[in-house]
Amino acid sequence: MNIVNILEEIEKVDGEIYERLNPRRAAMKDFFNIGKKISLAALPLAMGSMFQKAYGQTTPSTVTDVLNFALALEYLEYHYYNHALVAAPTLVPAGAPTAAITTIRNHEDAHVKLLKGALGAGARAEITYAMTDFTAGGTFTAVYTDYVTFLKVALGFEDTGVRAYKGQATFLKGNAVLTTALQIHSVEARHASHIRQMLAANGATGLKPWISLGPGGISNDTGVTQVDAVYARENSDVQAGITITGIATGVTKAAAVESFDETLSKAEVVAIANLFLRTGFKL
Amino acid sequence: MKNLQKNEQLDVLQEESNIFNARLQRRSFLQYAGAGAAGIALIAAGCKKKYRDDDMMPTGVTLDFKDDFGVLNYAYALEQLEAAFYIQVASNPPSTFSPAEKNYFQDIQFHEIAHREFFKKALGPAAIAGLEVDFSSINFIDRLSVLGAAKAFEDLGVAAYNGAGVRLKSDTYLTLAGQIVSVEARHAAYIRDLISNGSFADLTSLTALGSNDAGGLDGALTPDKVLGIAGKYIKTKINVINL
Repeated sequence: MNIVNILEEIEKVDGEIYERLNPRRAAMKDFFNIGKKISLAALPLAMGSMFQKAYGQTTPSTVTDVLNFALALEYLEYHYYNHALVAAPTLVPAGAPTAAITTIRNHEDAHVKLLKGALGAGARAEITYAMTDFTAGGTFTAVYTDYVTFLKVALGFEDTGVRAYKGQATFLKGNAVLTTALQIHSVEARHASHIRQMLAANGATGLKPWISLGPGGISNDTGVTQVDAVYARENSDVQAGITITGIATGVTKAAAVESFDETLSKAEVVAIANLFLRTGFKL
Repeated sequence: MKNLQKNEQLDVLQEESNIFNARLQRRSFLQYAGAGAAGIALIAAGCKKKYRDDDMMPTGVTLDFKDDFGVLNYAYALEQLEAAFYIQVASNPPSTFSPAEKNYFQDIQFHEIAHREFFKKALGPAAIAGLEVDFSSINFIDRLSVLGAAKAFEDLGVAAYNGAGVRLKSDTYLTLAGQIVSVEARHAAYIRDLISNGSFADLTSLTALGSNDAGGLDGALTPDKVLGIAGKYIKTKINVINL
């Protein structure tokens, strides 16, 4: 049961977790017994309320800030996919494509609920679909009428999400919440990989499941110049001062670039996210 | 140009075969050490010295989780395993692999080699020795056997990095672990889609690795659990201390 794993992880960095959750260990044991009976659907809420009880008063503001920042991005992603499925039913072809977008939408929804639950009263205001503008002020006018445009913007969201979570990891260092954030982060990477394959199957020849070196050595390998900011520094081949190109025979610059995804700072992510939020609702 | 690439690949293979050939007298040692088939043991720090003093005895490797070096060596061990697997696949892929699949398995091979060599370089003298692998459970000419093993390695790798991140104290290496794990997740999704299109993020199938579908959460496992699963592919004895 994942909830037990999370508590175990928390205990490693916070030996007093059980006391925080409940002053009596015996009572905790009872909780586990109840926990086993909680339905899977209710689990995120249950976890959220436990985090809230445990850290509600003492969560460092940096952790709350990171989670709220993540929540904003998850709202955006959720609405992006949900609107396609609900309001543009012919946009995504039936069968495997619709199944994939549904899977991704459901994960973003789960992330929203999990983060909201974890933040409790500290959660940021909800972002509704009406507050968004997925045409990015007219840059992607066909976002909900042209399938390929829809996939291109989706990829921008996923690769941004991957880079955003990574960029915030150090602010959660040693905190049990980091594990949860990493578990979301790798799911976003799985989404990105799949959407890259969907795009490759729809004309984006050579687009790999992983971020590669762009043509002529540029950082953006998608061919969509409007999302250059999403791929800033993705052509880097030096990691922690070590040059990866040529680190072993056969490791070309492209292989070196593909081997490591890069981070985006909060400011960089906010600038990207704000393109898709209407005036008055920007981050 | 093509020849050059071929030669480079041969060099890689030769480097690799040194690892494969470094066979230790492990059977007798394992009996001596009383270790199980998994080859993983949690031992007291005191025991380590005894093995080290005995020149005739292979010592295996020790992952000491007291600091970041232990976590990095743990990652180094897993990357060695993955690199060895993909080198074998890429050099002689199943005949039913398409040209595109062959190319992507070449790519993945070089990603894992890059990860392995990065950790080796970052760890310097603190790096553990090369591991001896055991892929006897994998049928390298069978497409589904290879894809199944690749999926197992990638999903486990993701859960391993996700579970180990919280142990890292260095900002640099925490970020680096994040930079690697998302690439492993991209691999995992690609390989899963080859097996069954649409299963790229089937979190219901990853509960044994700590996933939670209702929360949209990927796997996360502690190192002891990861090594317990990876043990079947590793011949070298891995000692874990201070976990």
